[in-house]
Amino acid sequence: MYAYDEIDRTLIHERVSEFRDQVKRRLSGELTEDEFKMLRLQNGVYLQLHAYMFRVAIPYGTLSSKQLRRLAHVARRYDRGYGHFTTRQNIQFNWIKLAELPDALADLADVGIHSMQTSGNNTRNVTSDQWAGVAPGELEDPRIWSEILRQYTTLHPEFSFLPRKFKFAITASAHDRAAIKIHDIGLRLYKNEQGETGFEVLVGGGLGRTPFIAKTIRPFVHGRDLLSYVEAIMRVYNQYGRRDNIYKARIKILVHELGIEKFAQEVEEEWQQIRDGDLRLDDATIEDIRSRFTYPVYEKLPHMPDELRKAAHDPLFERWRKNSVFPHKAQGYSIVTISLKPVGGPPGDASAEQMDALADLADKYSFGEIRVGHEQNLALPHVARRDLPALWQALHRIGLATPNVNLVSDIIACPGLDYCSLANARSIPIAQELTRRFANHDTADLIGRLHINISGCINACGHHHVGHIGILGVEKNGEEFYQITIGGRADEQAALGTLIGPSVPFHEVADVVEDIVEAYLALRTTPDELFIDTVQRLGVEPFRERVYATR
Amino acid sequence: MPLVKGGRISKDEFVHLADDAPLPEQANVLVSARRFLEGPETLLQRNGKLAVIWPNSRDLDDLVPYLGRLAAVALVFPTFRDGRAYSQARLLRERHSFRGELRATGQVLRDQFVFMLRAGFDAFEVKKEGDAEAFSQTVKRYSVFYQPTGDGRLAAPHRRLKLRHSESAGL
Repeated sequence: MYAYDEIDRTLIHERVSEFRDQVKRRLSGELTEDEFKMLRLQNGVYLQLHAYMFRVAIPYGTLSSKQLRRLAHVARRYDRGYGHFTTRQNIQFNWIKLAELPDALADLADVGIHSMQTSGNNTRNVTSDQWAGVAPGELEDPRIWSEILRQYTTLHPEFSFLPRKFKFAITASAHDRAAIKIHDIGLRLYKNEQGETGFEVLVGGGLGRTPFIAKTIRPFVHGRDLLSYVEAIMRVYNQYGRRDNIYKARIKILVHELGIEKFAQEVEEEWQQIRDGDLRLDDATIEDIRSRFTYPVYEKLPHMPDELRKAAHDPLFERWRKNSVFPHKAQGYSIVTISLKPVGGPPGDASAEQMDALADLADKYSFGEIRVGHEQNLALPHVARRDLPALWQALHRIGLATPNVNLVSDIIACPGLDYCSLANARSIPIAQELTRRFANHDTADLIGRLHINISGCINACGHHHVGHIGILGVEKNGEEFYQITIGGRADEQAALGTLIGPSVPFHEVADVVEDIVEAYLALRTTPDELFIDTVQRLGVEPFRERVYATR
Repeated sequence: MPLVKGGRISKDEFVHLADDAPLPEQANVLVSARRFLEGPETLLQRNGKLAVIWPNSRDLDDLVPYLGRLAAVALVFPTFRDGRAYSQARLLRERHSFRGELRATGQVLRDQFVFMLRAGFDAFEVKKEGDAEAFSQTVKRYSVFYQPTGDGRLAAPHRRLKLRHSESAGL
């Protein structure tokens, strides 16, 4: 956990009082809606179909139990008793009242949480691996660098009015859980031959109307140069990114139009001018940030404690353990993923009661720490393996022990037409229906790893392009239709999915997905061949034939 | 439109000169980039100070050779959402060491003052009277800053190191 110091606390409170003044001026009519819009967006406030929606940042997905309790409090006091975890390590509240927002922000600020820049044309929440700091084989905790970037990008005087939104993601593991290749800037931490920390810098990834996988702009940028290099990229973008068309304003379009070589050259020229300036990170500055992160002191514990041996006789426990418990860097500990995808539920939602209960469990079993991942699930990052049976019982009681992590019903979905003013079609009911179709855990286990992503419009908040199965809602003559792609992925081998056939109406989507899954089961060579590997091996055609033969 | 300079509402010392208006003998004038580039020497050699409005879509390269002889440069915010002039401002101050007046024009609103100051602006053609009057209050909103820029304010990283240093020295 990063602990705020006096500077961080002062800034966040000053931000709250600024926004309180802005809301006051809006309510008195001193500010027009047009003027206010950008100000509220910069504080994470959208106007949705039914009410204001409030998006709160959970930088790099790390939360303390105290912070989670405060989010529960906001859900209860200012909203309707629940929150929705998003694909970018944010939480959204859907029913907030404008006049109460400053109070909600002040309550959050007291525990070091803010909503700065969770929307608007500025640098968004810096995201990272939800297993940062605990994943086996990780090179270094990427959250140190994420926090350096969070501070650097917060209220940046030059880059707060960019052509369009701008998103960073960082990973320090070989397996990319942060989806860095679909971000405006993706950073892969690694060490050079001298053992110095630096980053492969990728640029121009993004989904939406015109999806692109990010390209490498520089194979190695030394850690000390990270901020100056990022500033050079952003300065080029701020000046030359398109502002004439909102759909062409992201950096991915600039990179595409200039070509990565030309864009890289522009950045290089700019960087050479500033790399030895004030942004150069000396060791003391990096150490200062690092020193504000606290780490648990792990006990020396056995890998296979008696408690676990005994519980292994319970098939329900075993199913959950095999599905939701992951290796930890410290012996005797595990990372536990908490599925927010119950059968029949909206993906990513948690009630205030669940948040409070989970905060208690985090205190009891995970050194008071909780993580949020881009798959819209939570995690307890430091659970002693002897505590797993007790934790499972407790999670089960609060409806948070669904053993479907990474399986077909672990669906990523945007809020869709049930909430969102941009949506063309509903997402949540599609997800709910799919979780019912695949409610049988044995069947889901048999199918194995399979990611379904659903977006209710082309803006792609549900990342449908990179779902193994991607579902995109469109509107056709006033009716909801869905385009279905297969073969996308968001990890280190990121790829965009391919359309499998003509779009289908709302009530046929679940049938088509079932047919795709059946086709896969028939086509795979062994039970170990994952869905995505079968698609990669065979291409879309055999799937199309099977699924559309009778349609 | 009120001009805020030196933190106060002030009289504009420049006459805004249209591209086809005759050039006055003495007055300080503010001209467009187009008029300026058509005959920079004529404009620079007359009595009276010269200021140029530079559009946000044009590289600064054509302006840079003249910076030392300009009293002011005005940068443009066609809407407050268009942030290109923030980059231009920082480049003028931090890279080209421009020390004259750096003026923000266009849709200049209260809630951009702090960003503008940090980017190096020191004069503001403010859209609304009320915003101009609130200037000195508004710029006090923030007392801490995360990013070092050329405006001289001590940013968080340096402030922290100083703080830690004095702590360890037992002060």
